[in-house]
Amino acid sequence: MSPLPETLVEKVGDDTLGVLLGVAGVMVLLTINALFLVWLERKVSAWIQRRMGPTEVGPFGAFQTIADMVKLLTKQLITPRHVDKPLYHLAPLVVFVPVVAAAALFPFSQDLVLLDLDIGLVLVFAFGGLSFIGIFMAGWGSNNKYALLGAMRSVAQNISYEIPLILSALSVVLMASTMDHGMVENGQPVDVNGLSFAHLAALQDDKGFWFILLQPVAGVIYFIAALAETNRAPFDIPEAESELIAGFHTEYSGMRFALFFFAEYSNVFIVAMVATVLFLGGWSGPLLPGPVWFFLKVYALVGLTMWVRWTFPRLRFDQLMSFCWAFLIPLSILNLLVTAFIARVV
Amino acid sequence: MDASHEPEGVSHPDHYILNMGPQHPSMHGVLRLRLEMLGEQIIEAEPIIGYAHRAHEKMAENRNYLMFLPNTSRVDYLSGMIYNIGYCQAVEKVLDIEVPERAQYIRVIACELNRISSHLLWIGTYVMDIGGLTPFLYCWDDREQILDLLDRVTGSRLTYCYGRFGGLTADVDDVFVDGTRRFIDRMRTRLVEYDKLVRQNVIFIERSAEVGVIDQDTCRRYGVTGPTLRAAGVAYDVRKAEPYGIYDRFEFAIPTTTAGDCLARYDVRIREIEESLKIVEQAVRGLPAGPIMPEKPKKKFKPPEGESYFAVEAARGHFGMYLVSDASETPFKLKLRTPSFSNLSSMPAVLRDTMVADTIAIVGSIDIVLPEIDR
Repeated sequence: MSPLPETLVEKVGDDTLGVLLGVAGVMVLLTINALFLVWLERKVSAWIQRRMGPTEVGPFGAFQTIADMVKLLTKQLITPRHVDKPLYHLAPLVVFVPVVAAAALFPFSQDLVLLDLDIGLVLVFAFGGLSFIGIFMAGWGSNNKYALLGAMRSVAQNISYEIPLILSALSVVLMASTMDHGMVENGQPVDVNGLSFAHLAALQDDKGFWFILLQPVAGVIYFIAALAETNRAPFDIPEAESELIAGFHTEYSGMRFALFFFAEYSNVFIVAMVATVLFLGGWSGPLLPGPVWFFLKVYALVGLTMWVRWTFPRLRFDQLMSFCWAFLIPLSILNLLVTAFIARVV
Repeated sequence: MDASHEPEGVSHPDHYILNMGPQHPSMHGVLRLRLEMLGEQIIEAEPIIGYAHRAHEKMAENRNYLMFLPNTSRVDYLSGMIYNIGYCQAVEKVLDIEVPERAQYIRVIACELNRISSHLLWIGTYVMDIGGLTPFLYCWDDREQILDLLDRVTGSRLTYCYGRFGGLTADVDDVFVDGTRRFIDRMRTRLVEYDKLVRQNVIFIERSAEVGVIDQDTCRRYGVTGPTLRAAGVAYDVRKAEPYGIYDRFEFAIPTTTAGDCLARYDVRIREIEESLKIVEQAVRGLPAGPIMPEKPKKKFKPPEGESYFAVEAARGHFGMYLVSDASETPFKLKLRTPSFSNLSSMPAVLRDTMVADTIAIVGSIDIVLPEIDR
């Protein structure tokens, strides 16, 4: 019998204070994470390309990204004359805000859960869907053909890849919801809610194995689709610098550009967190404390995306779409059907 | 967007014009493509050139033959050695100058090293064009070895002025010869690595195979030469077709494939690097002792009246020099037939009905150097 984690709001006992603390915590976490990931990306790419990467600012160049952020913050905000101003100004925020909101839903360990919602998983995917509305606003509002091409690619790609992404996650949800378990909340036995991150993580911790062992196909599909969802190489066609200059954010500079950048890295972080909870057991692991395990797994996944990015060329747009519709989606549907069959019958 | 704005110069109201370049991250210098598009599809592509025009041909008419030497390597800065020495050979042909044996061998070594460095740069930039950033730095690393070797002897890294009428400016030493041998060994192991890193990658094959097919017919129509022509299956290489210098003494093959797509052009270039390594190996082995300049080098001369054509195989194809002399100290006319110009002229036909992403790959795959096109 393992107890479900208490959320921060429940611990503090005061809704307003708990929410404020949580939001502040998430903002700090995401900022540090983005700074760290940019540094890590530079170091990983340097390592793969046999370069040094940043070395000058701080130990191992660790403060290079802070210097860059100061630079971006102090730059003049340029608004090109031909843009659609409301859309152009709003777009970075529309991309940025859902990312922050989504990050509040994750259980970092048994004792560190900011907010546990019954529909956590659905909410994260919904927020993920919101951010590409922002991308399309940026592309349309920029009034630039390259930006528009990038934005259209982004919408098509995100809508397509969301299907295998959600279907693969659904397989896990379906499986978890029908499992034997002995979870309690406030001393009362409860049903497992497969859509709640805390439930999923607690279940894996309790059972002592990770869901990737039961759902390897879903895990791989999820990882590929997540790469596409976050516009990471080899699916980075919305920004494809060798074709579309910088894609949807061609016309952005300074802090507005930094917000897109921030959102991109935070998105990578979030899909890695989802994968960690869905497939890699969340905080569960021997010896080390929960948060350490959690972040180890998350950064291992992030490192994997970086490895892929710096070794693979980019797919062409139509190849990307046909890969999704002709291969990933049928496979994920099949996987879901098999899971449903096993969960019901066996 | 202003919906009332009617697009100009398009054949259908649904089409729009995308101006790619001259400032674009992957337009290899200052090429501008005016693309008429339908969504992501190219309807018509028109290359617009001239942004790097420096009037090299006109400059040749305003200075004596020797003073044009530094210009040659600036026409195509990526195979400057081949151009520089090719120009020397063209003038030597007119003046009937005998080149010492040792100089002939060093010229072959230098030119083939230059060809390898040019092809290495192409591999890097081509893979970068289709989104793979890492091989670029590996190629750059290997290319750096060649630049260091040539820098030791010639004093420059890119825009060499190594040739003189009748020979060379400087002799090579043991360090250069040993370094070249080491480079040959190193490069052969590196080619295996490229095969693993680039050639076997599924996405690389997907992006390159059956993309931008330039068949023999199109090649003949537009005068396409070099690796692009050989990838279409025509075994034309000036080094074999009309051997110049001492190329007839070396054993090497002309790699060809028949597919004519981007992947074939990659394969041809990789195999050309192998063949060039073979030539360098033979030349280093056979390098004789002796002078590198004739006893009385000609500095000022007036070639007899008349015209001559001399061609060499540059890294990008057939580089020809049509030299007209009016028996004065300056050329009456020096026409440079550069391979990239003809190769680029085939692009409108090839790019029709491709996707934007393929445009970048195809233009990248024919390996154009804009200063060479504009001259």
